[in-house]
Formats: sequence, structure tokens, C-alpha cells
Amino acid sequence: MTTHPAAPPRAAPVDSPTRRIIAQFMEDRVAVLGLILFICIAILALMAPWIAPQNPYDLSQLNIMDGALPPGEVSFGTDMTYMLGTDQQGRDMLSAILYGLRISLMVAGVSLLLAITVGTIVGVTAAYFGGRLDSFIMRVVDLQLSFPAILIALILLALLGRGVDKVILALVIVQWAYYARTVRSSAIVERRKDYVDAARCLALPHRRIMFRHLLPNCVPPLIVVATVQIAQAIALEATLSFLGVGVPITEPSLGLLIANGYDYLLSGRYWISLFPGIALVLTIIAINVVGDRLRDVLNPRLQK
Amino acid sequence: MSQLLDVRDLQTQFFTRDGVATAVDGVSFTLNRGEILGLVGESGSGKSVTGFSILGLVDPPGRVTGGQILFDGDDLVRGGEPLLRGLRGKRIAMIFQDPMMTLNPVLRIDTQMIETVQAHAPVSRAEARARAEEALVRVGISSPAERLKSYPHQFSGGMRQRVAIAIALLHKPDLIIADEPTTALDVTIQAQILSEVQALCSQSGTALIWITHDLAVVSGLADRLAVMYAGRIIEEGPTAEVIARPRHPYTRGLIDSVPQGKRHGARLAQIPGMTPSLLNLPEGCKFAPRCPRADAACAVEPRLDPSGPGRAVRCHHPHGDSETRVLS
Amino acid sequence: MIVYLVRRVGQSLLAVMAMAVLVFIGVYFIGNPVDVLINPEATQADILATTERLGLDKPLWQQFGIFLGNALQGDLGTSFVYGRPALDIILERLPATMELALVALFLSVAIGIPLGVWAGLRPESIAGRTIMGGSILGFSLPNFWQGMLLILVFAVLLGWLPAGGRGATTEVLGLQVSFLTWDGLSHLILPAVNLALFKMSLIIRLARANTREVCLQDYVKFARAKGLSPRRVVLVHILKNIMIPVVTIIGLELGSMVAFAIVTETVFAWPGMGKLLIDSINLLDRPVIVAYLMLTVLIIVGINLLVDVIYSLLDPRIRLSEMKG
Repeated sequence: MTTHPAAPPRAAPVDSPTRRIIAQFMEDRVAVLGLILFICIAILALMAPWIAPQNPYDLSQLNIMDGALPPGEVSFGTDMTYMLGTDQQGRDMLSAILYGLRISLMVAGVSLLLAITVGTIVGVTAAYFGGRLDSFIMRVVDLQLSFPAILIALILLALLGRGVDKVILALVIVQWAYYARTVRSSAIVERRKDYVDAARCLALPHRRIMFRHLLPNCVPPLIVVATVQIAQAIALEATLSFLGVGVPITEPSLGLLIANGYDYLLSGRYWISLFPGIALVLTIIAINVVGDRLRDVLNPRLQK
Repeated sequence: MSQLLDVRDLQTQFFTRDGVATAVDGVSFTLNRGEILGLVGESGSGKSVTGFSILGLVDPPGRVTGGQILFDGDDLVRGGEPLLRGLRGKRIAMIFQDPMMTLNPVLRIDTQMIETVQAHAPVSRAEARARAEEALVRVGISSPAERLKSYPHQFSGGMRQRVAIAIALLHKPDLIIADEPTTALDVTIQAQILSEVQALCSQSGTALIWITHDLAVVSGLADRLAVMYAGRIIEEGPTAEVIARPRHPYTRGLIDSVPQGKRHGARLAQIPGMTPSLLNLPEGCKFAPRCPRADAACAVEPRLDPSGPGRAVRCHHPHGDSETRVLS
Repeated sequence: MIVYLVRRVGQSLLAVMAMAVLVFIGVYFIGNPVDVLINPEATQADILATTERLGLDKPLWQQFGIFLGNALQGDLGTSFVYGRPALDIILERLPATMELALVALFLSVAIGIPLGVWAGLRPESIAGRTIMGGSILGFSLPNFWQGMLLILVFAVLLGWLPAGGRGATTEVLGLQVSFLTWDGLSHLILPAVNLALFKMSLIIRLARANTREVCLQDYVKFARAKGLSPRRVVLVHILKNIMIPVVTIIGLELGSMVAFAIVTETVFAWPGMGKLLIDSINLLDRPVIVAYLMLTVLIIVGINLLVDVIYSLLDPRIRLSEMKG
């Protein structure tokens, strides 16, 4: 025994796969910038209630006299400066954007987690049990993926009505199939290996084999699909809200802010719509840049 | 016999993210018209890259960085793409390792053959088709008119390699570079293809560079052998000489590791260790770390020195002619 | 080939059936069909009449039969707003949407494939990197936001093109089309570009990835070793191979173009069926929503079927194995 009982039992060797992937990721400066940008955006969204100059949905803080002020104007009532201008109701756009970002990310994040969970369970189950169950599940997945996500989400929300919970439900319903397919195709490769049969012969519980042995192999492709999908989820939520079937007016996401400012855009009050749009686009670009690099790094086929 | 190809001090490097790998380092050899040269080595020894360098087909991040390749007096390195374009397929042809991969899966055989004819000869489609049929007959494919209308996946591996050989022979080239063309085939097919290629080359006076890791294959085919290790030629000479009396310890190791009928029951020799990484080559003789004969002198890289009529070896301690081969 | 076709058509019909069941469940099961299908301003007598016509008092499986029977006869209900059959209203708007989608598809293919192949042949070059960077942008900008920027720049700031509407149309083979007159074309350009940009980015990325992969294949090297011109290697040997995945995607994307047209049509006030859908959702004109959904499902499934057939014609390997199977 060593004299350092506190030493970690398995120190990662310098060239462990994870480290190599991180090192390779870091080689692309654009991707690193994207990652930093995304982290900053996420922190801003998380901290919105504490850093926003005002609570944009506390009507008592709004002053109708301040309606549609361009960026940099000072409030009539207080001495607050509206850095990004105000909307027609005199709401500080910076605060509205921070709160909107929070809702956009929350909706996308929660739906991502739920969709991954559902998709992973379904995908691993299909790969593990194979046979009829597998082909049935994959038929359903293929059927669903043959219809555009926006169409399915739009119809669901048209039937269900507006609401944050309903948007999340719609996003989960349109996204789980991507994860199920990804997980299944990686898990099935591992499933064919002999040790899985050996484990079954030992009568290990199904759950244990599925999640301890099959699942870890699905993680790299899952990460790649998840980064693509979370960007898609944010865009889809914004689109649905823009079309007026997404989040309710009391909890406006970035998409709804853009929609609200849309009419003013053409009359020259660009800031009401433009700044939420820039926030939305920056978020999505940051995620996509990171996802692009991750795909290159995690794809063994393009490694030279 | 007149000289066809003269490779002088060829250097081909790959500029990878982990550093510069010199896959071919100072390779020189000559080839006469109609001659067959066996280029032998393990994977990673630079034998295939040498072949691709001659045709200017080294893919980025690799490129030829030095030396001369004189083909019938023209320097292919200096002449570059314009010169090479005119030669490829016409005067220098190539046959690849895996027949499953060399024919384009979505194009019919006739398309792939006719385009080759028309790339170098201003003939009509009908004339090109006739030449393609003729070429298929030459490699022993019956009912060529029908076969031409097939897709590659409708052929077996051996048949596909025959088609590839027929394509290589279309313009009766002066030189064919064959990169392990039988490795992916069944043993019986291997022997057929081998003898066919040999016959076809001797009929048309085509010179051949046969790249392989398999000494047994080339020993019956090649006029001369060049053995490569870590991007260098380490021994060359007439085939029979090299096989019977290898000078370089590496060549000897290769020969000893080929199973032979008369030594039934004897244990096969093997070369200890592994091929070194091109990014991290040892100083001095590249084979020294695996060599039973290595000593202090081997810290300096030996030159490729003549060691008898038509022979050369790159070793400080070559085996002599009188030494009997040791079997372990 | 015929066996294959029959099987594929069967699968497609199954898909349509499955969607019909889902729509039925959505309309009849989750909500109260009386609310969904009957105008809220209807009189008690109207409600009774419709209830009877739709068989809402009958058991569920019978209701489904009636729904299906009506749907097959083209009866998907009557619009509350227009007081006319929902399907007729949708079909009137269909040509506008299809024109927009097809022009956008053409743009995205005609520009996307060459750019993608170029970037794939020279992934490290400045042009290659620029194309990829541009495609990330096209990928990241949400459709509606792109549309707004296009309007802001080309209609509001520069004043070159109209901000919305369809403009003059010409009748060709009984269909109204925009692209034959300058006025119609000027109205078409911005929405078509808007709808095309996202798909173009997708096609660029796909073409680039496939080109890179095909370039590594031995048959490309062999083609070069045969002395073919670079033009022929790229245009025949590489392009034909990347067309297989690209055609698949293009076909599938035509379906999603019809769906994404919802957004573009809303932004540009393009009088297609997507805008009609959003208007109907806002007006709670549910028969039109149901009719839109069924028609779109039919279009998408039909396109998928067509793509599969083209796909099998393009790839000889598939053709053979499917014919045997």
C-alpha cells in the first residue's frame, strides 16, 4: 500500500481519450470562442433576476412615458439609462432580453434533458432486446422523423394551446426520436459483442447490462446530436413563439420579443426586434460552432 | 535493355498535425524496359508511397519534397501535374490493392473503361468500346460486351481485379505500378492473376513495379528486388541472389519468416519488435533497435553501398555469402 | 422493381393511415370534437345537424370510419371563417406554396452543391473555410429572423424589392405562377431566398462531408491514375457518388420546405397554405387545420416515396438487392 491513501485510485493518464479530445477541441480557436460565448450567455441568463436593471414584468416598474425610446435614452421618471432602448410599453429591452434568454434556454434545456432521457431509454431498449420490439420502435422513429419537426410542433400546439409546459412537451415529442435513433445505432454495435451475451448468461439484470455496458458507448454520438438538437430546440421554440403558438405573453422568450417588435421594425424602431434577435442568433451560433468542432473531434472516421 | 525509369534520392513527406513524417527518404533505383522490380517491405515502410510518388498521386498533407524521377528522360517531379496528366494511364498505369475499392461503384464498367481510352486517344465511343472489349478478352473475361454493361458490384473480387488490370493495359503502358494487387484475393486467384500479369507484361514489353509485403509472391515474379524499411531501401539485387544470400539482417529476417515446405515442423523465425513510427525514428541505423547484429557502429546511419554485382546493402554488419542461414 | 414499388407504396399508405389515426385522436379524443369541428357561433340546430352528419354520437371506431370515409371523398369539414369546404380553400393556396418551395429548393441545390463540393475538395483553403463559416451562419439564423433581416435590408433600407405579398401572376396550365413577370418575380425573390438559405446550408455541409469522404476512396485515386482530367474526376466520379445521399436529403427537404414555408409565408405575407394555417390557428378555424395537416402528410409521404424510387435508380447496388429481395 502506498503512504498516500488520499491519492485518487485512478489518475487519468496524460493521453486518455477524454484529454485528447479536449486538447483537440482547444486547437480550434473559433470553437473555444464559441464555448466561452455560450458559457457567458448561460451565466447571464441564469443571473437575470440579479443583474437586470429592472424586472420587465413588474408593471409597477414600467413607465408608459418611456415607450419606444431608442438605445441610450434616459428614463423620464427615474435616471435610469436604457442601454438597448425600450419597447412600446416602456420596458427596458436589456432586461427583457436577459429574462427572455432565461426562458428560451430553460425551455430548450428542460426539453433536451427529457428528450434525451426518453430517447436513450427507448433506444437502448430497442438495441438490447432487438427483434420485433426493435423493428417496431424503429418504424415509429422513422415515421416520425419523416415529418418536419416544425410541422409536428405547430400542430401539437395548435391543439394544446399556448404555455411553457406545452412548448416543452412539443419539443420533447419532436426530439426524442433523434436520440432514440442515435443511441440505438451505437448500442447495437456493442450489443453484438460476445461479452454482452456472456453477461446475459450470468443472468445479470437487463437493466444493468443495458445501462452499464451498452450506454457508455452511446455517449460520444449523443453529445454531438445533443449540441445540434439544443440549437434546433432554441430556434424552434423561438419560431413557434414568433408564430404566436409558443410561450404565453406573460413569459416572453426571445422569439416572442422579436415578434412583438416586428411591426416596429419596418417603421424604423429597429431595436425592439433587432437586439433580441442578435441575442438569439449569438446563442445559436455559439452552440453550433461548438457542436461542429465536437463532431469533427469525436468522429473517428475523419481522424488522420 | 534500355533504361526506362531512374529514381534519384526521392523524398516524400507528410505534414501532419503531430509533425513531419518522412515516408520516403532518399530512395534511388532504376528500372529497365520490360523489367520487373519487386518493392518489398512491411506496411509503413514507404513502398506504396514510393509508387504513388512516381505518379504524383500522393494525397495532401503529403507531397514529394526532393529528388528526381526521370521517366524516359523527363523529370516527373519538375514536370508536375501537366506532364503527369499526359502520362498517367497512358505510359504509366497503376493497379491498386483492393479491387473492391478501385472501381467506382456507381459507374458501369463500360463508362470507366471508355473514359480511360478517350482520356488519351481521340477515338469515337464505338472505337473506345471495341478497345475495351479487346482488353477484357486479353485478361480472360468472356462475353465482354455483356460484362461491359455491368456494375462493379456484380463481379467477384478476382474479376474486378482483372477489370482493373484490363484498364491498366488499355494503352499498352511502358510501366505498370502494382500496389499489392493480389493481397486482397483468394490464394488460387492470386496465382492466376500473378501469372497472367507476368505473361501480359512480357508480351507487351511492359516494365512492372510490384509492391508487396509478401516475399513469397515476388520471388517467383520479379527480376530484381528492393527491400524497404522506414522509408529507405536497405537492400537490393537480383531476386535469386537476394533470396538465396540476403545481406541485410532485416531481409534475412523477412526470408526466415516465410514458411517453407521442407522445413516442416521447424519454428518460424520472427523479427522482434515493431516497425518504428515515422514521426519518431531512431538515430543512426533505423533497424538497429530490432537487429541482432547491432552494436555501437550502428549509431551512425549506414549508406547504401554496393556489395557484389548488381547488389547493394545499407548495413554496417552485413551477412557474408558464406554464412549459412540460422534457424532459431 | 415492381415488387419493390408495391411494397414501398404499401408502406406509404401505412404512414398516411398512421397519421390519420393520430389526427383523429388529436381532434376527436383529446378535445371535444364538437368544439373542434363546429363553429362556436353555430345555433343549437346546426350543432345537432353536424353531430349527426359526423356521427359524433356513435362509438369511436365508427366515428373513425366516417372520418376516414369523408376524408377519402375529400370532405375534411367546412371552414368556420369562409363557410366553404376546408380542402378547397387549402387547394387554392397550394400552387403559391409549391411555387415558393420549388424555387427555393432549386436555389438551394443550384448554389449549395457546387459550394459544398468546392469546400470538400479544398477543406483547408480560405474559400473552403469561408463557405463553411457561411453555412454555420445560414444554419444558425432562425428562418423568421433571416426573413426579417432580408426585409429590413432589401425592402426597407434599400427599397429594391417589395416586403410582402405575391404580386402579379400569370396563368400557366391553369396554375397561377409568379416567376414569369418581373413584378411577380420581384415578390418571389426574398421569400424564396429566405426559404432556401437554411436548406442551402444543409446541402453545403452534406455535400462537403460526402466529397471529403469520397475523395479518400481508392476509386478516386484510381480515376486520377487513369489519366482523367480533374474536371471529369470531380464531375463524374465524385459528383455521381455524392448525389446519392444528397438526392435523398433534397427529396426529404422538399417536404420540410413545404412545412417551413409556414414561417416564410407568415413573414412575407405570401398567400400560400402555410400562412392560411397560421391564420386559421389564430382564428381557431379547426377544419382548415385538419385539412392542412392531412394534405401536408399526403404530400410529404408522396415525396418520400418518389425519393426512394429515384434513389434506387441512382444507386445500382440498392437497385439490385431490392429487386432480388
